[in-house]
Parts: sequence; C-alpha cells; structure tokens
Amino acid sequence: MLDDRLGDAFVAFEHVQKSYDGQTLVVKDLNLSIGKGEFLTMLGPSGSGKTTCLMMLAGFETATHGEIRLAGRPINQVPPHKRGIGMVFQNYALFPHMTVGENLSFPLEVRGMGKSEREARIKRALDMVQMGAFANRRPAQLSGGQQQRIALARALVFDPELVLMDEPLGALDKQLREHMQFEIKHLHERLGITVVYVTHDQGEALTMSDRIAVFNDGRIQQLAPPAALYERPENSFVASFIGENNALPGVIEELEGDKALVRLDGGGVIDATPVNIRERGQRTTVSIRPERVEFKPEMMPPGAHTIEAKVLEVIYMGDILRARLAVAGSDNFVMKMRNTIGQTRLDPGQTIRIGWHPQDARALDPV
Amino acid sequence: MANVALDPHAAIATTASGVGAALTTADGKPLARALARSQRRARRRAFLLVLPLLAFILVTFVIPIGQMLQRSFYNDGFSRNMPQVSAWFAATERGTDPDEAAWAALAADLTAAAEARTIGMVGTRINYDLSGARSLFTSTGRALRGGLEPPYREALLGINEGWDNPMLWSAMREASRPYTANFYLAALDRTRDEDGRIRQVDERQQVYVMLFMRTFWLSLLITGLTFLLGFPIAHLLATLPMRKSNLLMILVLLPFWTSLLVRTTSWMVLLQQQGVVNDILVWLGVIGHDQRLQMIYNQTGTIIAMTHILLPFMVLPLYSVMRTINPSYVRAARSLGATSWTAFRRVYFPQTLPGLGAGALLVFILAVGYYITPALVGGSSGQLISNMIAMHMTSTLNWSMAAALAALLLASVLVLYWLYDRLVGIDNLKLG
Repeated sequence: MLDDRLGDAFVAFEHVQKSYDGQTLVVKDLNLSIGKGEFLTMLGPSGSGKTTCLMMLAGFETATHGEIRLAGRPINQVPPHKRGIGMVFQNYALFPHMTVGENLSFPLEVRGMGKSEREARIKRALDMVQMGAFANRRPAQLSGGQQQRIALARALVFDPELVLMDEPLGALDKQLREHMQFEIKHLHERLGITVVYVTHDQGEALTMSDRIAVFNDGRIQQLAPPAALYERPENSFVASFIGENNALPGVIEELEGDKALVRLDGGGVIDATPVNIRERGQRTTVSIRPERVEFKPEMMPPGAHTIEAKVLEVIYMGDILRARLAVAGSDNFVMKMRNTIGQTRLDPGQTIRIGWHPQDARALDPV
Repeated sequence: MANVALDPHAAIATTASGVGAALTTADGKPLARALARSQRRARRRAFLLVLPLLAFILVTFVIPIGQMLQRSFYNDGFSRNMPQVSAWFAATERGTDPDEAAWAALAADLTAAAEARTIGMVGTRINYDLSGARSLFTSTGRALRGGLEPPYREALLGINEGWDNPMLWSAMREASRPYTANFYLAALDRTRDEDGRIRQVDERQQVYVMLFMRTFWLSLLITGLTFLLGFPIAHLLATLPMRKSNLLMILVLLPFWTSLLVRTTSWMVLLQQQGVVNDILVWLGVIGHDQRLQMIYNQTGTIIAMTHILLPFMVLPLYSVMRTINPSYVRAARSLGATSWTAFRRVYFPQTLPGLGAGALLVFILAVGYYITPALVGGSSGQLISNMIAMHMTSTLNWSMAAALAALLLASVLVLYWLYDRLVGIDNLKLG
C-alpha cells in the first residue's frame, strides 16, 4: 500500500538510511512520500535526522541505503545542480560579494538565460517579496528580515517545483518570524510549489504545514496534519514534543474497544482512549492537554471518572489562567482555563476534582 | 583631527558648539570645553602608553633608515676634504679646462689630504664614478710627501699621467658638491659623460636594471607558485575537522620554527648534483648518471627554496579567510544550478580574495627584499638586487650606492602597494 502511494508521489523517500561514521544510523529506514503542491514540515529536536533528510534531498549528502525519487525519477546519483530544487538556508547564504540583483541573477545565468529575460524574472521575484527597490544593495546592507526575503526570492526565481527550507526563520525575532511564516505560507499557496520545511519550532510547524513529520532518533514518529498531530498524538514523544502536555503514568485496568480504565501509579482511576495499547495490565502513559482538563462536573460527560487535585498556584496570563495542580503524586499537572467573566476563580490550597472527555486522554506507550 | 567624524563624543561636541553657546554643564561651563578636558586626560594617557614604542621605532628604524637614504644622494667624501679645488669647480662652468689655479688648488688639497690621511677617502669617492681613481689618489698621496713646486700641472703629471684624464676632472666636478644624483643614475645603469650628459653605461657593465627586473620577475613567479601550492592546502586546512587541521597546521608552521639557515642548507642537501633528488632520479632511471640536473646554485634553486620558505605567508592569510567562509555559500550556489567549478569560480574564490591579496602582498614584498636564500643557493644567475645591496655594503663599501639601490627598491614596492590599493583596495586585506 505504501508503495502504491509512493508511485505517484512528487518526492519519495524509500527505505532511506544514512550513517556518517559507519557505526550509528542518523536516519533509520525512512519512508515518506510528499504530494505535489504540499507543504510538508520536518519537525524534531536537533540531532533527530531532519536536516540530514533535507540535505539528502538537496543532494549535499548521499543516502547510505535506499532510494530518493523526485517526480518519479531516482535522484540518488544526480548532482545537486541538476536537481532543480530551490533552497533557503538557515543563514540565508546570500553571496556577500554580489548585489541583491546579482544574487538573483546567478541561478538564471548558470542556466544560460538571456539578459532581458533575466531582468524580467529578477524584477518579478523581487516584487513578489516586496523588495523591488533593493536590487542594487549588498546583502550586508539589509536587515535580517530583508535578507530572508531575498533568499526566498533567489530560491524561487528560477521557478523550481520543489523548494527546501532549512530553518529559514531561526535568526529572526519573534514578531518578524510570525509575519514571515504567513508570507511564506501565502507564497506557497499562490505559486503552487511543493515545500519541504525543516524546523525545530513546533508553533511554526503547526501554523504553516499541510502535514508535519515529527522526527526523533532517526525515525518519523508521526506523520499527520497539524490538528491530528496535536489532538491525536500516537506516542508519548509526539505528545510531549508538540504543545504542552500532562503525562500520567499508570497501568491498564480495563480495556474494551476504544475505551480503557487506567489505574494511575499515584492512585486513582481515570478514563482514557487506548492508542498503542494491546492488553490489560500493560504499562502506559496517559497524555492530556492542559486546556482539555475540566474541573466543573457539568462540563464532563456523564459517568466520567474524576480524580482529586490540589491547586498549587494559579498564574494569570491574560487570555488564560494557568493552574498548577498536584495530581496523583505529580506536582506538575497543568490546567488551562479561559479567562472569561463567569470563570470560577481557584485559590492555591483549594482541593478540586478534575476530569475530561475520554477521547482527550490518550493512553500511549510508557515513557 | 582626522577622526573627529568617527568619534561619537566629538560629534556631539561639534553639534553642541554649532547650536551656539547654549549647552553648558550643570555648573555653567561650556559643554564642549568640559568634554574636551575630560577626554584630554584619556588621550594623554593613551599617548604615554605608546610613547616607548614610538621612541623605539624612531631610534631603531626611522632614523637609521633616514640616514641610510640620505647617503644615496649626499656624499661629502670629496667636497669636505678637497675644499680649494671644490671652490674652483664651484666658480667655473662645466667644461672649463683646468687652468693653473685649478692645478694649484688640486695640489694644495692633495697635499693636505695626504697629510690628514684622508686621501684614501677622497679616492674612494671618485672611484665610485671612475674605476681606478682610488689608486691614482693613493699613489699620488705617497709621492706627495715632500710637497710640490709650481708649475703644478707638470708636477702632478710627473707623478702620474692619469691626472690629465678629462673624465677624472668631470668626475671630480660631480663630486665637488655633496649632493648628487649619480648614485641613482648608476643604480639605473646610467652615467654622465665629460659634458655631464646622461647616457647608458657600456652593455657589459649594465647589471642593476637587469637585476631589478629579475628580482621583480622572480618575486612574481614565487608569489604565483606559493598561491598555486598554498591555495589547496589552505582550503584543506579550513575544511578538515579541527583535530586533523591542527596537525596539518603544525606541518605548515614547521618551517617557521626551524632556522632559515637550516632550511636553506637542507635544500642544498636535497638539490645538489650529488644530492638526494638527483640520486633518486638516477636510481629510478629517469636520468642517466652523467645527466644529473643542476637544480641549485642557479635560479631554479632560488625559486624552489624561496617558494618553500615563503609558503606559510600565503597559506596563513588564505586559511584565516577561508575558515570564515560558510560552506552554505557553495551549497547555495550548487542548489541554484551551478556546477562545482562555477560555484568555486563565482562564489568561493571571490570570497577568498582578501586573504589572497594579503598573502600575495606579503610574499611579494618579502621576496623582493630576500637576501640570505639567494645568497646561499642562488649561484650567480639566482642573485637578486638585495645581494647586490649587501655586496655594496660589505665588500665594495660603497654605501651610497647600496642606499640608492635600496631606495629604488623601496620606492618600487611603495608604487606596487599604491597600485594594489587602487586596484584591490587595501581595506580588503585580511592578515588573520
């Protein structure tokens, strides 16, 4: 089934492995297919193999084993300059000895394009990133955000169908980064190009992507659209890596279809949805998002199990209130409440009972 | 002061005074003056800190070089010791035949000089322009002990016929003024005839222009060779992992830590006709036993040994520049469609230019003035202008000539430096 999908994928990794030293695998058996026009993000902590995958796709690293295909054609043996892939680098890599115009002209010149067409394309690409007036500046004379736009324009000026971005917004400040995220997203939608984006910033990944591949330890842990990734993590790593997460260790006490009862190590029984659970008695870690925790009985489904919690502190964060609770022996259980007019105020020291919809508590692999 | 605009405090001070006397400190003094006073102490302290070095450079570098350069156009060896005949030369026109007054002045000066034992010095000065003149002066000096009777012309000619030589009188006229351009003329293979016109010396005596040309040509060649050999090594050093590149760096720096003499002599051992390289070539059968190559005591030896010695001066600036070039530039160029050669030529190489410029300038300037290696391994065809300067300093003792040659060398290096600044820009230099 996997192979059928790979057949018409625009970019396909097939059983790709990569080792630098011949002793450890940086990328372990990677299978990934990316559709045409898709915005796919490789997300993961540093050293998880995501950048290596990108470099293999760009042609700067060779796969130790396996095959990479672009538009159905194996590209393992194709040198980088013949792949026709646009790339935006982490530090922009704008050529410092050339002006902005010359930087953009470079990919067109090496393709032997005529002067008039070059100029037309450069103008179009610069206008696209709202940098039309900067053609004669040197990269050093531009701010970080402007350099970022130029790098983007340079990667797009020769009309590649696939653009790779290696943490392109990492060096920008928060506000500019968020602004650029939307710009890149809109460019992607307008041009219909395929984008493979590498980042370690989950917010960025959730904002921009069609699908996110979460990398850890050389493997894709989960490949899913942002909402599914956030709401239905398939293992404990994804649950803890994406967004804030409460993890409660315990043992499966009852298992029936898509419902499970978990006896927590710290005492108490809770409802959960079994995800990668096979049998009773298995150890598990239950993952619950802070904003899905309820403490008012009317908000919980009838018959829901609740457990006792002691309020340790309440932090006022403007749009939300963030309560730290002592639950089942853990002092780091977080609950988020919307800051509305009718919201019940909790005080430190108060004892409450908390609960949730069973589908919001996911029984995952033990950590 | 040149750096007023660069000094933010100074800029504020000028703005303040430009607005008018409105700005004052809290106790009512003009702000500009208060600022100047507060900075004066810091300036004075900074100046005092560099003062020892300034004095050291002045005493050991600027003054000696100034004195040396002065010798190239000022030599009073004749005019000081021969006052009377110098006065006669000053009073008559060029081309005037010496009359009896001139002969009398000459005889009186010669007698005085012989007694003061300065006649050798006088002869040496004339000898610079007219070879053989020194022995004429000294032998005449010995014969003069008893004094001379008029008519002096006949008396002097009686001692030595050589006194009638018009070239001698022309040379003495030139030497009668302490300031002279003759050493510069000689350094360019030019001389003056009896009428004072500048002409080239005989073809057999033309050495200096050829030596200057050879010095510049060889220096250029050596600079080119160090570039060809050093560029790949510098690149390797800059891209290898730190541990390996440190080891390689030690190998590059090793020549720095061994004595110049040891290095040059080891080249002798390697390159001489019965040396290691020839032995290996004979053993391999590349050349016959009677075809051993002459690789040392000629230009080849100078080129090989100097290239080796100057190589680190090219490698180090290149390395320091290359290390700062992010590998993503070349990757970016490749991803944009450039072949590895195009990426090197248009993206990598232009970024190494500051290091290349610094290295080339260093190697070239060092090579132009190099002395010991060509002296040891250069034979006769591998001698450079510095060897000629050393010869004039130590064996012919014609320091004025040495100074003139050195001044020309210095001037041409400065011209090249100026050219470099115009073409490449000295700001683009990066030494490390």
